[in-house]
Amino acid sequence: MIAVIDYGMGNIFSIRNALEKVGADVRIIAQPEELDNADGIVIPGVGSFGEAMKQLLPFQEKITSAIETGLPFLGICLGMQILFERSQESPESGFGIIEGEVIRLPDNVLAPQMGWNELNIKRDTDIVKGIEDGDFFYFVHSYHCVPKDKKIVIATTEYGTEVVSIIERDNICAVQFHPEKSGGKGLLLLKNFLESIKC
Amino acid sequence: MLARRIIPCLDCDLGVPGGRVVKGIEFKQIRYAGIPWELAERYYLDGADEIVFLDITASHERRETMLAVIKKTSKNVFVPLTVGGGIRSIEDARAVFNSGADKVAINTAALKNPNLINQIADRYGSQACVVAIDAKRRYESVDGKEIVKTPDGDCWFECSIYGGRGFTGIDAIAWAEEAEERGAGDIMLTSMDRDGTCDGFDIELTKAVSERVKIPVIASGGCGNPEHILEVFQKTRAQAALAASIFHYGKYKIVDVKRYLKEKGIHVRL
Repeated sequence: MIAVIDYGMGNIFSIRNALEKVGADVRIIAQPEELDNADGIVIPGVGSFGEAMKQLLPFQEKITSAIETGLPFLGICLGMQILFERSQESPESGFGIIEGEVIRLPDNVLAPQMGWNELNIKRDTDIVKGIEDGDFFYFVHSYHCVPKDKKIVIATTEYGTEVVSIIERDNICAVQFHPEKSGGKGLLLLKNFLESIKC
Repeated sequence: MLARRIIPCLDCDLGVPGGRVVKGIEFKQIRYAGIPWELAERYYLDGADEIVFLDITASHERRETMLAVIKKTSKNVFVPLTVGGGIRSIEDARAVFNSGADKVAINTAALKNPNLINQIADRYGSQACVVAIDAKRRYESVDGKEIVKTPDGDCWFECSIYGGRGFTGIDAIAWAEEAEERGAGDIMLTSMDRDGTCDGFDIELTKAVSERVKIPVIASGGCGNPEHILEVFQKTRAQAALAASIFHYGKYKIVDVKRYLKEKGIHVRL
């Protein structure tokens, strides 16, 4: 069972529909204790960093320990950003599971970045199986992640600067774009994530 | 670099059980095109970058029908879904988002209560708030309006409301700027003079608005063939092109249109 955490930020229907489309058994979770039977965790989310951290506070301990025990985790958009130590968007601290920070998109481009943009794949791993350099994904964000350890970067996207669009470290995967809104390639990425659970 | 978007628009008449997609000509005559979620899924699979549903019945009793259509559509369509028509309040917007829509398009309600743009953008983000403008050419000169030169003479553009049945006296270019300041994420700009004619987009209108605002402008009204889309992308800063008839009746497939645009050097998602 894949637990999609519903913490009141953004459209969880889309991610549920997309995961179900690729064959997942999805449960929408609004209470931390419901996480106990999960085989994988997905944190979606659109909105502000500070508000997300406030809403996620009751889940923080459970999520952190689940990640430490090796449970497959997928963070989407804001669900990627909250893994970091801090964000320029709000004073609240992030989970700090990934070293680094979240910063504003540069001034020379329109924020939010909203639309279809291309991936530059830096490292071929199973999460990008079947996905090629130049494939388009759907982005909506005004802030972007800057990990300290560049080895975890799987793909980047050019938007005024080199935006980190996919990271992966052990059982943690996180994407800045919305795979649930990125057509067939987005569904493929979700399918790859599911397969990482079955192995 | 962001790809330029191709957006099929489905005008929905929800006055029949389950709803149906229709297409109007210059906002008047109507022709049947299909079932909303079936057409939406076909366009998604054909490479649409986004899908727009416009509820052209838009009366209160039919709201539930639209929500059911959105729910059904979002099970099989994995690109952004925009819903417009009859959204008058933040509560209406919430119901649409909670059914699975990603963006709402507001027109009449925004002109009557501009603060609705701020409310939606603050609560759901700019990307979720599309301001739709139906603009009509006016060749008679009026003080304070922005005059645009066209091959047919100098004109200004007036914002229309109620699906083309009412006029406001408001300048469309100035209104687009205000909508941007208030937090709109996209301007969906429809030429009332061209809508349903298949004569091509109103290039002067699209150029004027897209050069004035920084947010993406979706050109709409008049698309009759792929060359029209190429023209609006080459001659204006429009980031997206919206079309209905050319896709509805099977004349062109979205993927073929995108291949054509790519051949001509336009950055599109294939």
